[in-house]
Amino acid sequence: TAAGAGQDVGRSCILVSIAGKNVMLDCGMHMGYNDDRRFPDFSYITQNGRLTDFLDCVIISHFHLDHCGALPYFSEMVGYDGPIYMTHPTKAICPILLEDYRKITVDKKGEINFFTSQMIKDCMKKVVAVHLHQTVQVDEELEIKAYYAGHVLGAAMFQIKVGCESVVYTGDYNMTPDRHLGAAWIDKCRPDLLITESTYATTIRDSKRCRERDFLKKVHETVERGGKVLIPVFALGRAQELCILLETFWERMNLKAPIYFSTGLTEKANHYYKLFITWTNQKIRKTFVQRNMFEFKHIKAFDRAFADNPGPMVVFATPGMLHAGQSLQIFKKWAGNEKNMVIMPGYCVQGTVGHKILSGQRKLEMEGRQILEVKMQVEYMSFSAHADAKGIMQLIRQAEPRNVLLVHGEAKKMEFLKQKIEQEFHVSCYMPANGETTTIFTNPSIPVDISLGLLKRETALGLLPDVKKPQLMHGTLMMKDNSFRLVSPEQALKELGLAEHQLRFTCRVHIQDPRKEHETVLRVYNHLKGQDYSVQHLPDGSIMVESILIQATAHSEDQGTKVLLVSWTYQDEELGSYLTSLLKKGLPPSTS
Amino acid sequence: MAAHLKKRVYEEFTKVVQQQHEDLSAKKLRLTKPSKSAALHVDLCKATSPADALQYLLQFARKPVEVESVEGVVRILLEHYYKENDASVRLKIASLLGLLSKTAGFSPDCIMDDAINTLQNEKSHQVLAQLLDTLLVIGTKLTENPSVRMRLVDVACKHLTDSSHGVRNKCLQLIGCLGPVEKGVAKDAESQAAKDVQKIIGDHFNDQDPRVRTAAIKAMLQLHERGLKLQQAIYSQACKLLADDYEQVRSAAVQLIWVLSQLYPESIVPIPSSNEEIRLVDDAFGKICHMVSDGSWVVRVQAAKLLGSMQQVSSHFLEQTLDKKLMSDLRRKRTAHERAKELYSSGEFSSGRKWGDDAPKEEVDTGAVNLIESGACGAFVHGLEDEMYEVRIAAVEALCMLAQSSPSFAEKCLDFLVDMFNDEIEEVRLQSIHTMRKISHNITLREDQLDTVLAVLEDSSRDIREALHELLCCTNVSTKEGIHLALVELLKNLTKYPTDRESIWKCLKFLGSRHPTLVLPLVPELLSTHPFFDTPEPDMDDPAYIAVLVLIFNAAKSCPTMPALFSDHTFRHYAYLRDSLSHLVPPLRLPGRKLVSSPASPSITPHEDPSQQFLHQSLERVYNLQHLDPQGIQELLEFTIRDLQRLGELQSELAGMADFTATYLQCQLLLIKALQEKLWNVAAPLYLKQNALASAAAKQILEETYKMEFMYSGVESRQVVIIHHMRLQAKALQLIVTARTTRGVEPLFGMCEKFLQEVDSFQRCFISELPHMQGSFVDKLLDLMPRLVTSKPSEVVKILQTTLRQSTFLHLPLPEQLHRATANIIEPTGESDNPLRFTSGLVVALDVDATLEHVQDPQGTVKVQVLYPDGQAQIIHPKPADFRNPGPGRHRLITQVYLSHTAWTEPCQIEVRLLLAYNSNRSKASAKLPKSTWSESLEALPQSENGIEGTIPFSKPVKVYIMPKPARR
Repeated sequence: TAAGAGQDVGRSCILVSIAGKNVMLDCGMHMGYNDDRRFPDFSYITQNGRLTDFLDCVIISHFHLDHCGALPYFSEMVGYDGPIYMTHPTKAICPILLEDYRKITVDKKGEINFFTSQMIKDCMKKVVAVHLHQTVQVDEELEIKAYYAGHVLGAAMFQIKVGCESVVYTGDYNMTPDRHLGAAWIDKCRPDLLITESTYATTIRDSKRCRERDFLKKVHETVERGGKVLIPVFALGRAQELCILLETFWERMNLKAPIYFSTGLTEKANHYYKLFITWTNQKIRKTFVQRNMFEFKHIKAFDRAFADNPGPMVVFATPGMLHAGQSLQIFKKWAGNEKNMVIMPGYCVQGTVGHKILSGQRKLEMEGRQILEVKMQVEYMSFSAHADAKGIMQLIRQAEPRNVLLVHGEAKKMEFLKQKIEQEFHVSCYMPANGETTTIFTNPSIPVDISLGLLKRETALGLLPDVKKPQLMHGTLMMKDNSFRLVSPEQALKELGLAEHQLRFTCRVHIQDPRKEHETVLRVYNHLKGQDYSVQHLPDGSIMVESILIQATAHSEDQGTKVLLVSWTYQDEELGSYLTSLLKKGLPPSTS
Repeated sequence: MAAHLKKRVYEEFTKVVQQQHEDLSAKKLRLTKPSKSAALHVDLCKATSPADALQYLLQFARKPVEVESVEGVVRILLEHYYKENDASVRLKIASLLGLLSKTAGFSPDCIMDDAINTLQNEKSHQVLAQLLDTLLVIGTKLTENPSVRMRLVDVACKHLTDSSHGVRNKCLQLIGCLGPVEKGVAKDAESQAAKDVQKIIGDHFNDQDPRVRTAAIKAMLQLHERGLKLQQAIYSQACKLLADDYEQVRSAAVQLIWVLSQLYPESIVPIPSSNEEIRLVDDAFGKICHMVSDGSWVVRVQAAKLLGSMQQVSSHFLEQTLDKKLMSDLRRKRTAHERAKELYSSGEFSSGRKWGDDAPKEEVDTGAVNLIESGACGAFVHGLEDEMYEVRIAAVEALCMLAQSSPSFAEKCLDFLVDMFNDEIEEVRLQSIHTMRKISHNITLREDQLDTVLAVLEDSSRDIREALHELLCCTNVSTKEGIHLALVELLKNLTKYPTDRESIWKCLKFLGSRHPTLVLPLVPELLSTHPFFDTPEPDMDDPAYIAVLVLIFNAAKSCPTMPALFSDHTFRHYAYLRDSLSHLVPPLRLPGRKLVSSPASPSITPHEDPSQQFLHQSLERVYNLQHLDPQGIQELLEFTIRDLQRLGELQSELAGMADFTATYLQCQLLLIKALQEKLWNVAAPLYLKQNALASAAAKQILEETYKMEFMYSGVESRQVVIIHHMRLQAKALQLIVTARTTRGVEPLFGMCEKFLQEVDSFQRCFISELPHMQGSFVDKLLDLMPRLVTSKPSEVVKILQTTLRQSTFLHLPLPEQLHRATANIIEPTGESDNPLRFTSGLVVALDVDATLEHVQDPQGTVKVQVLYPDGQAQIIHPKPADFRNPGPGRHRLITQVYLSHTAWTEPCQIEVRLLLAYNSNRSKASAKLPKSTWSESLEALPQSENGIEGTIPFSKPVKVYIMPKPARR
């Protein structure tokens, strides 16, 4: 069930019932709303009764608010006491962001009935941190495992497994590496269902290099001209990427102009980036022994007074859409000079200053009716860390799921991707809306214990076991105490205390033969000897072909007709019936 | 069998014991060898538990076993093997058997039967696998014997059905290494067998164990390497393996597919799910491209590397690798590259990007968009954007190789390569710059591309900048703005990093001579001449101005109208630069000026032959005039040496040869002079003066011979003999001199013996060359050898003296190519007047930058020597990483030397120079001799001769002004 993020971006929240276990994936809020709609509707989960009883665990993929924003609300205000799983970096950074979010909503907007700082702390106490590729047993049957997902620091994909049924939830991920994070990777785990985000379901992006190069060139040119560069960013994620980009560029080119980073939450976050080196990309991991890349040499903390300093500089300032705060203040100061430049590294919501200047407006009306003329250059650079359509397909190819479920994207775009997935991988693909439940039937395989003796005996009989082909074996399937065992028939008999019965087929074949019985037998013997079986002539006048007994008696009425009695056990059914049909055809004319 | 074996073992054992008793005193060396096997036997018998036995075996394995005793040891081991119940001990024995059969000179066919026999009875899988491994070793030693191979392959096939993956692995390996590859000898039998082998291996492509699958593919590749033509049918099997779960299998499969695509490039394969057909190489190319986006980076690296070598691929497929259709919201988007191209073609160059500039244009047909293409689409785009830099480097290399063979592809991949110049890892940037240089003959840079390329000039890494200069040397630029841009950026670079001076000048030299017509319109601007006014004369010492002039003069060489634009001072500067930087400034035909070099330049080619002739003639003269009076010989030699030295200065191509011969003649001259001394027969007290001269001569000859041997590259064994011969003569001279000057006989004994040993070793080392040395010193000496050995030192000396005088001197044949190792210290320049100040007791780092030419193995031989004014010398070994190799025969040493000294009262100069270390052990002649002779002579050589190590200074010393200050308290 998608409780959020079904055919929509924001407030990711997905409920999965897998083999009797209920798991909630992500617990996000929606940026666009300020009322009840901002949180997922938890009444979907259960109408009455506590959530803790119903849910076995909650998994948070990464620290973005649209994936974890509703967590304190959910655990403290709605009430959930079960385990919450997230990776170590997520656990470290998540509370900072939640606190920040709380401050904005409560302190600035004055909302009541919102979660408190204490609630965030309490909520974090319920969190269990996991490592990459660590298999965590939630209970006896349910186990989860995290895979690297790129996107932001600590983002992970989770594999949820119960018995032999499994689901992979990707959260947000990125298949192309960037300056500070690697690419998402998953092994061929062949889950029954892959739940993947589809933000860029219909986009195939250009190489990152061009954009990076453009970005650096622009900054470099402006700085050389003596201009100032303003880069409005959100505190986490892209900001770090751009910092590293600029830092290495400065290092490479021996530039001296100062770079500033507006303080606040970022410093704490940078601290965590320094700590979680193992989560970053190859370059940073390899070089951190010499120098931790996040210990910036050229990037210093920003002070309000610096904005008026003469000479070139680069400033990263929050927030990212130029709608308030420090970035807007600096923007106002610098907008009048055509030597300066502002680079918008991401998408801007309609109505913000960012959006206005990007759409080419040169005169802005500020509060107080004053008109700000924008003379500085305005640039747009898109750096996004979601997988594009190709990336999604690549992930599907890597994981080889049996079903795919698309979330976290717009319905129209998902439609296209869905069609593509079905066409190329021949797997069924679903895209539930919010509140809609999708049921997927799996074809579970049931493990059966087999006794070693039987296995050895059977493999000794047959050829080498072949991966692809199913093999036939003799044995008894015992269902006892909720477990399955395959044992040899003898053992089964012994265990069940039953006597062994033999099933024998007998068949009479009439043959016209005027001669004596033993001669007939001899003829039959000679005839059968030509075949590939071990044929024995027993002293009592019967013939053994392997384990099949053939006896000849004279017909009681007609001495010229001999009756051949063929008898075999049911294991030798094939050979027995073959011999019968052979004998029925009659014997070749006697040579003797 | 076992009984028989036992008997043999005991036989040997007892024999050994006997020997022990018999010649205990006589020969100690011999003794240890056979006793080894005996000791082993005793040990093994003593061993009570398997663990003990294992310990003994382990100890045993640490020591080498001699060839003669291998068989005995093997017997004992086998004997024990049959008795042993513990699998681990058997395993160790099996592995020892393998090791032993590797022993050189031992023919292991006798073990084979036993090994095969044991194989039949063995239960443990691990031991089985080890035994098969042993068989593999045996088999590889007996490759010439087809029947043995057939037998081993049969054995392997039999064990292929084993349930353990290890055993199957080894079997496949065995088949791969030993399977028959001959074809067509006896058509039916042989090819049948060959087919069988392929089929057997092919069957295991579907084995349940991934390790066995990998082994199967590897075995197949092994067969291919050994020359078996693989069948095309394997292709489809291998393609299936590309989707395997295990990365080793995929990696091996990629290789197999590559091999097949090289074998059958033109055959046609059908495309599944449609009835089209394509060439196999194209199909394989597509498949391997697909693997570039594999989940495992090992496979990705492998795939990217192999792509480079698939040159038969059709251009259509090739170009797809760079294609990645962009779209945004289902509408087709143009890539940044396309936009850049358009901007460029529409004429407006520097327009800022506006938001929405990359707004998608046309709608894309949803059905036509293929998200995961089966073909090669975008393989390189992915490869170049990969997370791991190993993959990126591999992709760049592949691009390079493909672009070299296809100009159109080169044009297309340019954008991507330029992008790689901004990679975060320096190796990748460097690699892509090198790649670009390699394909530069195929491409012309657009202005916007040039812009990006030039931006990298500001990189702080010296390697990158220099690589880029090299690149610019051979780049084609399309417009005059491009040239201007390049010049401006290079000048910027020059001001930022003044140390790049040489490299930038060189770069501009090529840039100028490649684009004369583009430079022409820029000349007035560059020289800042004005039609009406005289502009101030620029400073001649300004490196930037020199850079501009270098560009212009080189362009003017092929553009005769250009000098008309020069102003007066330009001509003056030309004359100056032509003299001071003659390697950068070409001779120009300037109006109104008679230049010495201009007539010389066209006649350089015919001039070469006469000088070579001259060289030979003068040498001829020397060699022919052997029986002149001593005075005449001396004079002639002196003249010839002078001639040769002058010739070497004039003709750089012949410098090596001329110097080499001059040195040789110099030695000869010294020798003659020493021998011509009139005072040889004067009484002892008068020796003193003459002694000084002769011993100095001997010393100098020795030095010169070492120089001749180690400083020239291309010296052949013929020359080495003569050099050694000369050295021997010098030593004889030394001996004579010492004999004359020292009183008493005792020290002479040792010296004589040493000398005779040297003669002996000389004879041994150069036995093959002796016939060429008729009438020489050595020739005569060897004739007299029996006498020498028995006679007293004084007699020896007398004999030596006469032979030295009588011996003719040897003709020195010249090798084809002879180059003298030279070094030139670029930095420190030694011109600075500012002393390098540092606190005494601490260290100061001095950057040393030098070019080395014709130095073999510079990492091992080149040292830096620092001489302090107090005579203290310090030798520094540069790190191997400090050497770069920019071209064949050229090396560059960029290193830091740490200096330190106690406090001085005033600044003083230290000398820095490069040394070439040599070691007579590594003598070229000895290295060329067969191994056995070498080791023998090594044994025989006296210890002193063994390791004469020395150094030859081979660069001009550079003076550095330093000033260690006393530490402040």
